[in-house]
Amino acid sequence: MGARLPPIDLLEATNLACVRGGRIVFRDVTIRVTRGQALVVEGPNGAGKTSLLRLIAGLLSPADGSIAISADGTRIDDREERGAFIGWLGHQDGAKPQLTPREVLQFFAQVYGAASDPSLLQIVGLSSAADLPCQYLSAGQKKRLALARLKLCGCQLWLLDEPLASLDASGKLLLLELLRDHLSAGGMAVIATHESVGFDAKRLQLT
Amino acid sequence: MSAFAALLARDVRLATRAGGSAMLALAFFAAVVTLVPFGIGSEAKLLARVAGGVVWVAAVLANLLALDRLFQADYEDGSLDLLALSPLAFEGIAAAKISVHWLTTGLPLTILSPILALLLNLPTSAYVALVMSLLIGTPAISAIGAVAAALTLSIRRGGLLLPLLVLPLLTPVVIFGAGAVLAKLDGIENGAFWLLAAFSVAAVLLAPFVAAAALRLNLSE
Repeated sequence: MGARLPPIDLLEATNLACVRGGRIVFRDVTIRVTRGQALVVEGPNGAGKTSLLRLIAGLLSPADGSIAISADGTRIDDREERGAFIGWLGHQDGAKPQLTPREVLQFFAQVYGAASDPSLLQIVGLSSAADLPCQYLSAGQKKRLALARLKLCGCQLWLLDEPLASLDASGKLLLLELLRDHLSAGGMAVIATHESVGFDAKRLQLT
Repeated sequence: MSAFAALLARDVRLATRAGGSAMLALAFFAAVVTLVPFGIGSEAKLLARVAGGVVWVAAVLANLLALDRLFQADYEDGSLDLLALSPLAFEGIAAAKISVHWLTTGLPLTILSPILALLLNLPTSAYVALVMSLLIGTPAISAIGAVAAALTLSIRRGGLLLPLLVLPLLTPVVIFGAGAVLAKLDGIENGAFWLLAAFSVAAVLLAPFVAAAALRLNLSE
């Protein structure tokens, strides 16, 4: 699907405020990410890292402020239109317990209109578990499956919520490698994490 | 395969795989209908008279079983977030879910209904009326149910609220559905079937949009 969309040049959010359950989580957050850039969002638990990512994805409405992406010089404000540009990696991975990783990837390939690539499972190190129902996968294996899905969607803006959590050392290396490839191909990423990503990135500290 | 067809195929697969909701709803439907003669006695004439109504009420109840998880399962495991960010619009997601619910609940119930009608001594002349009324009426249950399921999505234990929301809205479906069977028994023409058809068509056409609005509301909170 990525092929049909114009490339995005800029993600811009201005004076964002987020209110959850009547409490102000954060306000006056302004971010700007351009092509090939990553923004690392840091902050203690409850600082609103996940909420910020959900705001950018359009899965939550901001209490104040605006979010827009610019593609090919046109500004896209509509949040559902924005969704098509976004590759999401959250705490939950959408892996149905009854389906196998192969079936999950096939499903998402059809949903995204992307070509199903059987080598993806091998790239993320899941070839031995490819036909095992997801309920038997460990948290790390599910995360690897989510990485394969993320790569599959071909979206230009990656929103990663604690992507390093539950991955082993080789999984972390794999993620960072995928991320570097993504950025050097002109992709963008906003990453909420407690851990070091091991490369230069813009930083945003939520308090 | 389009995104819509992919979602449809995945959910039909999930519902029919071991532990899925399809067989459960069928078994529940059969159990409720079989229970009725034990409650009201085995007088053949009486059973024949109430058969249409009993099958219809049991069909509505059996349909409720799978409604609770219609969007909830995808909401809890993050699939709904991913679908929301996919090229598939919320209207498409809702339409796929309604179709799956009908294909895995309403349609099998309709196919099973003649066998259960036999247990209730329904005269053979009314079989076609019963099957046709279920065939045309059960999509309305899936459609209205999907709206309620989308509305109660983010409510903890929303599954308990759901029947309270759906059952009053389904009163016309039961009245016209059972009415169509009774009309056939009495040999009269009362238009119940056509009212049922009109209600069902309207529900199926409108529900995807209403459910989509409810999903948007729930996801942005």
